[in-house]
Amino acid sequence: MKKLALLVTVVLVVAIAVPAFTSAAQTQEKLRVAVVTPSTKSDLAFSQSIIDALLAIQEERGEENFEFVFSENMFVVEDAATALRDYASAGYDLVIAHGSQYGSSLSDIAPDFPDTAFAWGTTVDTFQDQGITNVYAYEARSEEGAFVMGVMAALLTESKVIGIVGPIETGDAKLYVDGFKAGVLWQDEEIEVLVNYIQSFSDLALAAAAAEAMLAEGADVLSGTAQMVPGAVNKVKEAGGLWFATQSNQSTLAPDNVVASQVYDWTYALNPIIEDVLAGEIMGEAYSLTLENGGLRIEFNEDFELDEDVKAAGEEVMQAIIDGDISFEVDEDGTLLVIEAEAG
Amino acid sequence: MIDDLITASVLASGIRLATPYLYAAIGETFGQRSGVLNLGVEGVMLMGAFTSLWAVYEITPAGATSYYGPALLAGVLVALLVGLVMGLATAVINVTLQAQQGISGIGIYLFGLGMSDLLFQKVFRGEVITVNGFPKVNIPVLSDLPVLGEIFFRQNLLVYLAFALVPVTWFVLNKTTLGLNIRAVGQNPEAADAMGISVTRVRYFTVTLGGMLASLAGASLSISLVNVFQQNMTAGQGFIAVALVYFGAWRARGVMFGALLFSLVNALQLQVRTKGIDVPDEYASMAPYLLTIIALIFASRRIDQPAALTKPFERGE
Amino acid sequence: MQLNLPRSFHLGRTLDAFLPLFAVLLALFIGGFMILLMDANPLDAYRALWEGAFGTKNAVADTLVKATPLLLVGIGICISFRGGVVNIGGEGQMIAGGLAAVAIGLQYKESDPTTVIIACLVGSFVAGALWGGIAGVLKAYFNVNEILSTIMLNQIATFGMMYLVRSEFIDPRQKNAAAPIPETERLPRSLDLPRIGGTLDDLYDFLGLSAADANQWATTLLHNGIVIAFVLAIVVYVLLWRTTVGYRIRAVGKNPRASRYAGIKVEQYTVLSLMLSGGFAGLAGGIQLLGVRHRMNAEGGAIAFTGNAGFNGIVAALFGGLHPLGTIPASILFGALLVGGNKLQRSVQVPSALITALIGLVIVFVVASDIFVRHRSRRRVAVAVSEASAEAAEVRASP
Repeated sequence: MKKLALLVTVVLVVAIAVPAFTSAAQTQEKLRVAVVTPSTKSDLAFSQSIIDALLAIQEERGEENFEFVFSENMFVVEDAATALRDYASAGYDLVIAHGSQYGSSLSDIAPDFPDTAFAWGTTVDTFQDQGITNVYAYEARSEEGAFVMGVMAALLTESKVIGIVGPIETGDAKLYVDGFKAGVLWQDEEIEVLVNYIQSFSDLALAAAAAEAMLAEGADVLSGTAQMVPGAVNKVKEAGGLWFATQSNQSTLAPDNVVASQVYDWTYALNPIIEDVLAGEIMGEAYSLTLENGGLRIEFNEDFELDEDVKAAGEEVMQAIIDGDISFEVDEDGTLLVIEAEAG
Repeated sequence: MIDDLITASVLASGIRLATPYLYAAIGETFGQRSGVLNLGVEGVMLMGAFTSLWAVYEITPAGATSYYGPALLAGVLVALLVGLVMGLATAVINVTLQAQQGISGIGIYLFGLGMSDLLFQKVFRGEVITVNGFPKVNIPVLSDLPVLGEIFFRQNLLVYLAFALVPVTWFVLNKTTLGLNIRAVGQNPEAADAMGISVTRVRYFTVTLGGMLASLAGASLSISLVNVFQQNMTAGQGFIAVALVYFGAWRARGVMFGALLFSLVNALQLQVRTKGIDVPDEYASMAPYLLTIIALIFASRRIDQPAALTKPFERGE
Repeated sequence: MQLNLPRSFHLGRTLDAFLPLFAVLLALFIGGFMILLMDANPLDAYRALWEGAFGTKNAVADTLVKATPLLLVGIGICISFRGGVVNIGGEGQMIAGGLAAVAIGLQYKESDPTTVIIACLVGSFVAGALWGGIAGVLKAYFNVNEILSTIMLNQIATFGMMYLVRSEFIDPRQKNAAAPIPETERLPRSLDLPRIGGTLDDLYDFLGLSAADANQWATTLLHNGIVIAFVLAIVVYVLLWRTTVGYRIRAVGKNPRASRYAGIKVEQYTVLSLMLSGGFAGLAGGIQLLGVRHRMNAEGGAIAFTGNAGFNGIVAALFGGLHPLGTIPASILFGALLVGGNKLQRSVQVPSALITALIGLVIVFVVASDIFVRHRSRRRVAVAVSEASAEAAEVRASP
């Protein structure tokens, strides 16, 4: 196939000789938003949560005022960077990089488009220290909801063994797992918490096997984070155990077994950013989803008959977090600490 | 300590994990024995995984709380049918059109990876759904055996079927005319042709069979082991299956040992972490891959691959 | 004897050059129905694909940047396949190279940038060569099939990278964060591979080609990795066909038994093939790191860093006829398809899965069309030879 050489040369010559026919940036009234996500937009987890938020915003503001486009499955960071740059140069008003691995590329791209607003999650880093002012950051304090669900899990377990399945021990997953574990132990120090980071975001069979191993060890309440957990949910369903979900509402996966889901509602981070963009004042701030501001919600599964006392205990802890009576800090070793305010 | 790690449930889990590898690798063994390498196993697995789940979902009555036999049967049949189509397409490309088998396989893989996801998005709008898959079947008497019962005889039908394929494959390859023809075609197609064996027909048969078994491997994930479908849910298992064919030196029994070794170590490393033993997670995850290589260093006998592997055949040259 | 080949011979060859193109078009035609199925307009889609791959200088630059690792992996594949070993370990070797480059770069970030860049690139080659060499030694001395070992070594390298990036190599800023990002520090900007857009603009000026529009090469992300890859492709060509070592590698690949009989140390050449092949994949990783990524990040596993170039490079090499020079256009074409495909997804908002399936189709069609080229050329040669010898016979018959 040496002839390909000739072919590609022809193609390249044509490409360079033919004047570029890119369309100039459109000037429209409507706000145009682009989002780049690592996995598919319907992963029932991280990527879906941002798409759901954008759909909600579109519903609220009307399609004539708010348009959004997406690039999904951008696991390859290089491709994501190309997409971000392309969206910015196509004149989108707000370009969202929905993955902590995109930060490095974003810090290279943002300075080239000072009039475009960028958002990056999940992180708190807005690159202010690098003199960049047009990057917003957003994160979810997922340890808060995890803690609440952990407390409820501790009250529900009969075997006193609880299992958590995670992908890799970093970022949002670590925060969730640490929070859940802290909640369980805060409620009952005697409980054994089994944690397994399976080192994969996509291997359903491995997630299932990890859940099986926990069930065999006697765990009767499980939880897990990232897009491979449906494999684990099914094993819990078969064994008649209980499941706590995060990132999206997973009640439909196992209506009899899912107790509650922590749901990320990114509109609480996106709306203030959008207001800034509309006002033409790009500030580059960081926003967090918390139980207090409503960005994190615990959605109980309506099909599951949860003991009223357990639910009340959960709601009490939730209120304590909202009121600031319980808060979280991370020490120098990256360990999550639970801080309880003095009574009164 | 060791008792805690190597428990009956860990071994049982390892056997379940081995199932998809076994189907896919046995299918690939047939193809390679006749001289055709198919790197596209992963793509066919994904197609089988999605379509079988789709069939089960559609046929199971709404609101059913347990499995529905006809739906599961339909799921398997649909997987076999899809595998047949994908296998035939692979055969046309690799046998009739004599494509470079290394690349055509990567093309088939990418096509299956994309197409299964595209169908998933078109049919279910990408929403993750679960089905009631194959239930565990306790084999009478044997399942009551202490320890062994739990490990071997309380699995589901697709698991039993996978292991039943091992002796069947051995028999077909070594004791039948068909098997003789397959081996002849893989070893020396010119001579086989001279003896009146249709090289093309034999290869069409093995490659199509390989496609069907790969598709069934996918079904064994989506309607028997995890009962859901997700984009790229095989996560590289199809490529491991191809590697296991080399591990097993193109013999059904060897392939089974490879699949079992890999999967048991995988189940064991999960148990190590479940037990909270302080090993970096990543090292534990490496174990099955590392041990497969090490085992082969010690176990390897000098068995040459089928002489005509990856070489297209054309009459009258 | 000099054969006088008739004119139709050359005409036929030109026609053959377009056969892969027809195959691509046929695949795209079928893909058009898939696009229709997803409620999008195929014409808009394909215009976007073209525009994304070649439509602007930025697009051409993206395509070339994408082609760089494909080409480097591809020329390594040329060596290994010619040497009779199937190296599917490009992914792992790229990771080994990337890790080496980031480690060296961070260790010596105070030193003279040019020296450090060279050290990083050499280091990435060596790391890839060692990782590939493991599979070589396993094959040559322990009889472990290289397809098996390289597939397994890919995973092992990925897990190793994830461990290192999360622990030893982690950016100090992330170390104690509540939700740490698993990534290394960014290499200092002085270690970025130099961009070559400015030089190209000068060249354009010199040739009087400079466009009136503001669109200049200088603003593109094109770095000098592509130049390195081009040069190395020529080096590999010379190595394989103009040196004794190259001759022996090919001899071992063609017929190991005869080579052994001829006194070639087959085992050593097997190891060498895999080491060289791995070395180029490692260098692809190093160039990807210094030219594009500037840091390692464990999220998303291997593909986030390699972009699947370890596998796609095999396709590029085989499309290029396992010839280093043929691999150059093949990698550009394949890079264009990948870059353009992403643009297609953005422009008409179809699921990314469609692009994956489409690329699969294109590969299958191109590889399946090859038989027609081979048949035609064989028939042509046969016809040409018989005509020519008939002519020769006539000449001889009439003195």
